[in-house]
Amino acid sequence: MEAVANSKVSAFVENWSLPAGNETLRAEALQALKGMDFPTTRVEDWKYTRITRITNKTFHQSAMTLDVKPYIIPNLEAHVLVFVNGYFQKNLSTILEGDVITIADVNDLDNSYYTNVLEDVDENVFSLMNKAFATAGVYLTIPKNQKAAYPIHLLHVSTGERTVANVRHFIQAETGSKAEVFATFHSEGANDALVNVVFEGHIQENAKLTINKLQSEEQSTFHIANEIFVQDPSSNFEINTITIGGLLVRNGLNILVEGENCYTELNGVYLGKGKQLLDNHTFVDHLFGNCTSSETYKGVMDDQSIGVFNGKVVVRQDAQKIQAYQSNGNVLLSEQATVNSKPELEIYADDVRCSHGSTTGQLDEQAVFYLRARGLSEKKAKELLVSAFIGEVLEKVDNATYRAYVDELFWQKFGWQF
Amino acid sequence: MGYTEEELAKDLENSEYKFGFTTNIESDRAPNGINEDIIRFISAKKEEPEWLLEYRLNAYKAWRQMTEPEWAHIHYEKPQFEDICYYAAPKQTKKYESWDDVDPEMKETMKKLGISMEEQKRLTGTAVDFVMDSVSVATSFKAKLKELGIIFCSFSEAVQEHPELVKKYMGSVVPSKDNFYAALNSAVFTDGSFCYIPKGVRCPMELSTYFRINEGGTGQFERTLVVADEGSYVSYLEGCTAPMRDENQLHAAVVELIALDNAEIKYSTVQNWYPGDKNGKGGVYNFVTKRGICEKNAKISWTQVETGSAVTWKYPSCILKGDNSVGEFYSVAVTNNFQQADTGTKMIHLGKNTKSTIISKGISAGQSHNSYRGLVQIHANADNARNFSQCDSLLMTDRSGAHTFPYIECKNNSAKIEHEATTSKIGEDQIFYCLQRGISEEKAISLIVNGYCKEVLNQLPMEFAVEAQKLLEISLENSVG
Repeated sequence: MEAVANSKVSAFVENWSLPAGNETLRAEALQALKGMDFPTTRVEDWKYTRITRITNKTFHQSAMTLDVKPYIIPNLEAHVLVFVNGYFQKNLSTILEGDVITIADVNDLDNSYYTNVLEDVDENVFSLMNKAFATAGVYLTIPKNQKAAYPIHLLHVSTGERTVANVRHFIQAETGSKAEVFATFHSEGANDALVNVVFEGHIQENAKLTINKLQSEEQSTFHIANEIFVQDPSSNFEINTITIGGLLVRNGLNILVEGENCYTELNGVYLGKGKQLLDNHTFVDHLFGNCTSSETYKGVMDDQSIGVFNGKVVVRQDAQKIQAYQSNGNVLLSEQATVNSKPELEIYADDVRCSHGSTTGQLDEQAVFYLRARGLSEKKAKELLVSAFIGEVLEKVDNATYRAYVDELFWQKFGWQF
Repeated sequence: MGYTEEELAKDLENSEYKFGFTTNIESDRAPNGINEDIIRFISAKKEEPEWLLEYRLNAYKAWRQMTEPEWAHIHYEKPQFEDICYYAAPKQTKKYESWDDVDPEMKETMKKLGISMEEQKRLTGTAVDFVMDSVSVATSFKAKLKELGIIFCSFSEAVQEHPELVKKYMGSVVPSKDNFYAALNSAVFTDGSFCYIPKGVRCPMELSTYFRINEGGTGQFERTLVVADEGSYVSYLEGCTAPMRDENQLHAAVVELIALDNAEIKYSTVQNWYPGDKNGKGGVYNFVTKRGICEKNAKISWTQVETGSAVTWKYPSCILKGDNSVGEFYSVAVTNNFQQADTGTKMIHLGKNTKSTIISKGISAGQSHNSYRGLVQIHANADNARNFSQCDSLLMTDRSGAHTFPYIECKNNSAKIEHEATTSKIGEDQIFYCLQRGISEEKAISLIVNGYCKEVLNQLPMEFAVEAQKLLEISLENSVG
């Protein structure tokens, strides 16, 4: 541990122990962490996200178990892999038989897979901490020209006092394969728990991968996610992120489009209450031409919550005929809510069609009036309008079973129906 | 308005030479470098009062503690602050012996801009007498303005004549420690302009014609202060469409606008400083801090047409402090060859019912990079604040870049903010349409570009709009990729 001596970061990870496996990789990460500090709001990427709420605490690793039944998606026939506080729970997991996919533990792998795919991505303190201390995670392979028979559900639950969960997943979608992955995050009786997750993927030629991510932790949980996906030519990637829980949530989503004719879709919904801070950082890097990317994020902020959206689209030189679309809409429900939106475009090629739009406002008074005139209470009218507002993004979720689950969750949490 | 080139020439002929400007001040030059002594030297040279020296020294101390910011999307060789001469008394701008010696390329450009022969000579610094004469024209304007109680003079004159106004407003919008270049300017500024419009007065002319004459020999570190008292109106024009060859590489000016209750300031800039050669060598760094503050019901409108400078890095801003105040920003930024621009605006909404509009048009040609960076900030008390932003970028070649970095921060739930941005190139179908109708490709592009910039050019005073249009055409010559 002396490798990262005398810094805040070293104090932060002081009482964590290095899990077994991947020794070289962990040592490298520790080396890289040396001398690094936590980002402050003076760092452009963290301008709106103050993380002192996390960094002034210490967390500990703790393997625990609990009943995960309430978090299983009803009626969804899927492989369920359960992680509690970042530790894989074999007894609680179900792996259905007769599927083509292979599921392995990331820690059993050698370090080769890290190098070729992810060498271009700038690592940050949290992704490096994860690299060094990842306790579990899956390495999922969908073989060439095969379709995964069932969706894969990665179920994460945090519990206990000041616990940390370092999970690291990798999805290898081989040429021409197709799969659907659900990643859900919950917490139960967790107090000041930290979830530090790294999610990586490689979508090879002609492959299609869909990820549905749901963050529904209690308002006492911190969630930091670093997600990196690389797309090969003619691949199709879609990720839908729904954030309704967590006290401080940071989703860092990076997509590197490394081939022509790719399709990329990113959708997000974030709903803040209380003192939540929900930060969505997205980065789409178009390195080759003839690609399309579409991004829609919508936020509804209530109470004293803060919503952050920072979307960046880069079109590299010679990446011609790119169509990139980015849109961010926000509604502020209370007087003390805040939204910081920063949609960015960086374009180095001329034959492109790129646009972005960002709006922030409140619910249309006339629409509220219209509904009230028809006998709805003010509360009901507003709920209806909010659900219509975010419903537009939820529409993009294709899986009906999952959609029903999300709707039910919204109904329970907010009393909204879709 | 209503003052044409012809009238100007006539005025010049008729007016008499009133002020001697022939004192030999050639030797007044401070040694290179910056330190407290240099600042004392500048202050002493300008016979400034004690408080101003104090102000400069405080700014200098603060500047020493600061580091040059690096967040902008631009790359340049940092200025060597110790190699700059911070005080050189204005030299007579005689650069050419006769009209025939003037660079033919420059002559051609000015002809295209439609600048009168006399002014062409003046701008190239050929006819020295003409420059002297212009001083008297200036005075004739001054008499007219004086009648209305408008003060319009150089900054150093204002320090001497109206110290109470300068002391009250200077640094009230851009504090001396605001940023690296503003602090540097506050420490070493040499001159600039001061303008005060009294209560309820509507300034009868664009303060442009005068300014164009006054322009000769602007310093590296200018300071402009415009104060519009309650209920007054002024339209202020800065810069010039004519190409300005300038040896000063670094320009770090500070512009402060103060619009008191019900006042309106319209500030237009046309900037065409030397952009460097085709290979990106040389050129001016334009690092300006421009900011205005609006009191109740006041309005500040920034319009800029930026075609020059190797590196442009500026954000004319509005602080909408008073209720019902309005801020506007209209910008066309053209970059060609190796030019870089990181420009935009900041709209800080503090008061209730404040409104702001941002229209930014970027055009990148050659291998240039053009970024829009803008901040819209709605504070908790800014009920019913309204913002509309539109940032469009046009790419002319496949080696140029267009970037958009909007920052939208909202802390009030009754505010409405809209932002949209697009990036594209000129459609082949549009060009084809023009070609088909007998319009050459070059002309077609200029037509399309002018249409694209119309919203902004419409905001400029009329004569200037015509020149700015031609300027765009010239800036983009041979730039089609």
